[in-house]
Amino acid sequence: MRRLTALIRKETRQILRDPSTFLIAFLQPLILLFIFGYGVNLDSNKIRIGLVVEDNTPDTASLVRAFTNSRFLEVRLGQDRREFEHDLVIGHIRGIVVIPQDFSIDMALQTGAVNLQVIADGAEPNIASFVQNYTFGVVQVWLQHEAEDRGQSAAALPIRVLPRFWYNAELKSRNFLVPGSIAIIMTLIGTMLTALVISREWERGTMESMMATPVTITQILLGKLIPYFVMGIGSMTLCTLVCTLVYDVPFRGTYPALLAATSVFLLAALGQGLLISSVAKDQFVASQIALMAAFLPALMLSGFIFEIHSMPRPIQLLTHVFAVRYFVTSLQTLFLTGNVWPLLIHCMAAMLVISMVFFALTTRKTKKRLDA
Amino acid sequence: MTEPVVVIEGLTKRFKGMDKPALDGVSTSILPGHITGLVGPDGAGKTTLIRLMVGLLHAEAGTIAVGGFNARTQAEAIHEIIGYMPQKFGLYEDLTVIENLDFHADLRYLSGTARKEKFDKLLDFTDLTAFQRRLAGKLSGGMKQKLGLACALIGTPKLLLLDEPSVGVDPISRRELWAMVQELLAGGIAVVWSTSYLDEAEKCDSVILLNEGRKLYDGPPADLLGSVAGRTWQIRGIDESRRRTVLMNMLKEDGVIDGVVQGRHIRIVMAKDKPKPLLDEGQWTAVEPWFEDAFIDILGGGPGGHSKLAEQISEKPLQDKPVIDVQGLTKRFGDFTAVHNNTFQIRRGEIFGLLGPNGAGKSTTFKMMCGLLQPTEGRAFVTGLDLKTATSQARSRIGYMAQKFSLYGNLNVVQNLRFFSGLYGLSGRRQKEQIDLMIEIFDLKEHLKMNAGTLPLGFKQRLALACAVMHQPDVLFLDEPTSGVDPITRREFWTHINAMVEKGVTVMVTTHFMDEAEYCDRIGLIYRGENIATGTPDDLKKLVQSDQLQNPTLEDAFVTLVHRSHLENQLQETA
Repeated sequence: MRRLTALIRKETRQILRDPSTFLIAFLQPLILLFIFGYGVNLDSNKIRIGLVVEDNTPDTASLVRAFTNSRFLEVRLGQDRREFEHDLVIGHIRGIVVIPQDFSIDMALQTGAVNLQVIADGAEPNIASFVQNYTFGVVQVWLQHEAEDRGQSAAALPIRVLPRFWYNAELKSRNFLVPGSIAIIMTLIGTMLTALVISREWERGTMESMMATPVTITQILLGKLIPYFVMGIGSMTLCTLVCTLVYDVPFRGTYPALLAATSVFLLAALGQGLLISSVAKDQFVASQIALMAAFLPALMLSGFIFEIHSMPRPIQLLTHVFAVRYFVTSLQTLFLTGNVWPLLIHCMAAMLVISMVFFALTTRKTKKRLDA
Repeated sequence: MTEPVVVIEGLTKRFKGMDKPALDGVSTSILPGHITGLVGPDGAGKTTLIRLMVGLLHAEAGTIAVGGFNARTQAEAIHEIIGYMPQKFGLYEDLTVIENLDFHADLRYLSGTARKEKFDKLLDFTDLTAFQRRLAGKLSGGMKQKLGLACALIGTPKLLLLDEPSVGVDPISRRELWAMVQELLAGGIAVVWSTSYLDEAEKCDSVILLNEGRKLYDGPPADLLGSVAGRTWQIRGIDESRRRTVLMNMLKEDGVIDGVVQGRHIRIVMAKDKPKPLLDEGQWTAVEPWFEDAFIDILGGGPGGHSKLAEQISEKPLQDKPVIDVQGLTKRFGDFTAVHNNTFQIRRGEIFGLLGPNGAGKSTTFKMMCGLLQPTEGRAFVTGLDLKTATSQARSRIGYMAQKFSLYGNLNVVQNLRFFSGLYGLSGRRQKEQIDLMIEIFDLKEHLKMNAGTLPLGFKQRLALACAVMHQPDVLFLDEPTSGVDPITRREFWTHINAMVEKGVTVMVTTHFMDEAEYCDRIGLIYRGENIATGTPDDLKKLVQSDQLQNPTLEDAFVTLVHRSHLENQLQETA
């Protein structure tokens, strides 16, 4: 026990003295939260389009008004699509919507086929689909109003779609990005930092001199685990406060549940860090492995940015290997939904299994030897 | 006879991917109350042997018993009774002196008054009492070494293992550490001191000499010296300007197995029962044998005096003006003056050595001479070109061999040669010719496709020299060129250098090896950024000659002069 306290005290002193450790644990989360909170925004509000009105009649005038009043679109008007072609090419506008010459006639005839042309930049499919969807939405609403104005009941239109979103009613991407980014931060502290500090001990020869003392491997490992676990929880607290107070992300779960989920995840992340450091004995290699095996999966395979269900099947299966995937789900659930116990227990169990695997491998791999 | 602390039998250790074993059938024993020197060049297997004793490595064949415990199965018990200082001292640089000690004391369950007494004793012993609150990273090399020793001694070990404690440490700190370890022996501790400095071996009670994993000798150093007794000579009274030529000629003579420059004299080792060759000038004087003589003898003699490299170098034009002219060179980093008002000139075909303790300003001077650092004040000229204004022209006249050879470990031999020749502006046919020439001169043909990182040390050394001289520079800068390499390789290296100097190449060298410094025509001794003495090796020795010290070595001169300067500084400060 005294050895363990000595190891922990030593590690804590090093953490407190090394500004970079501190920066990774406390300043970096703030920067990341800032980036994900403000910088990265998957919603597209106010897309600029060019609206070409070839057919200037009262009918089209109200449609044009519907476009200009849309809170998703910023509309510039023109008579000829050629006016906008150049702007579209250089990216000043994201799409062109053409109201063709025979629009009012077709409307009046009620042939059922009224044409609008939408031209969008296919090089940016995401934005192109926004243009298409927003245009469609505007036209739908306009058609309903037209119908009502003409005294036809709304029932004349067969289907009305009234979307309603649960848990994130405003569909703010910030609300799920910010909790997700906490998972990234915990990965960095848990895996990257631990892997780096241990490989630093190898590099500087301190590990070798420690191994020649009566200290046991378990003590060495625990001496690393405990301080970084505490640091991870500290960083988590900071992140949660910043999320809820500064970024107004709702928190609908309970704190004990959050603590439990974080603890289990930190075990897995730390276990991975320890395993990496038992394989890689210099900082460069350790950071490369941590980057490939922990940070990038956290970013790409956790469902944090890219929806897991839309990934190819083999990749979907692969995501189950990474504890971070379960942690992102837990966090998003806790922040946006609440304590959904069946889901949380499933996630925590999975993370626990993964951490056990890491610890089993680490204790097998790490020996008080240099050639093992 | 006392019980040995360590008994080693038939030890063989092989690492994956190496064709030769790191240790090959080594048997020996280590006695308490002795300093056992584990001696040999880099890659001889010294560190491997120590790690095997600690139980950090497991042998392929053979056994080790430390204090009666098996190193393979009872490593835990061994860790209780040993103190181990790995290379680089194994200190936490971001912890203070006392925190490092605290940590090791806690790991060894040392507490209460016993702990306090031990700390007081160790701090006093290592002279670190005044520096308890200083971060280990902020200590000088010598102080780090002492702290490392203190940490290793906390558990009152029966066996103290020191892995190359004197690497990168100046001769003064080395002597202090030696004296400290000597003091410990009275308590009956066994000390293993590994080193590649052969002069340290002579002072050990017992020596295990390793080369390429094999044990060449095991026993008291005096017995080994006895094997070359009567065969070691100096040639004295030769004209100073001709000593290199005389050496080269001697090395070609039958029966001469080794020869080195020693100040203005030449040291020769003869083969057994061979008559000394006749001398055109000077006379033979018998001298005491050295450990290195014996080592070379066991290895079957030095490399001979012929340098193919020098044959290919065109004679450098004669010059009245100094090739290197340094005037009032000063470098300040903030408040700290690293180099203060350094002035020296080096003539064509001269070897100039820059010596000094760690942190004295050698490297800073060197970097300014290569145009890597801008001086704060003063100027430096190479072949008349101002390094400040004509940096790149001046650099093209310079060949630079950096510490640890600075090769690209992931490039193979040819790629390294191509890269460096390109850097020095060689191209087309001339580049190809020079590369082929270097391959032939340095015998690199069989290693062409090998990565520089995996080359044997001796070949790394050759390749690094090849890279530095391919463009036929007028001036060669060598930064600790032979540290860690075996004496044979070192002699081969100096044979090339000497032969090039004869052709008019000018050489500037920094080194911690005193026998390397002996090759210098003149030495500038630097301490605290200032040039405290300049002169031939013999001049410096004369400066410290006294009744107590009638025959000072260069190391004596170094230590005494630095000490004197230190006292003068203190006097000035108090005044």
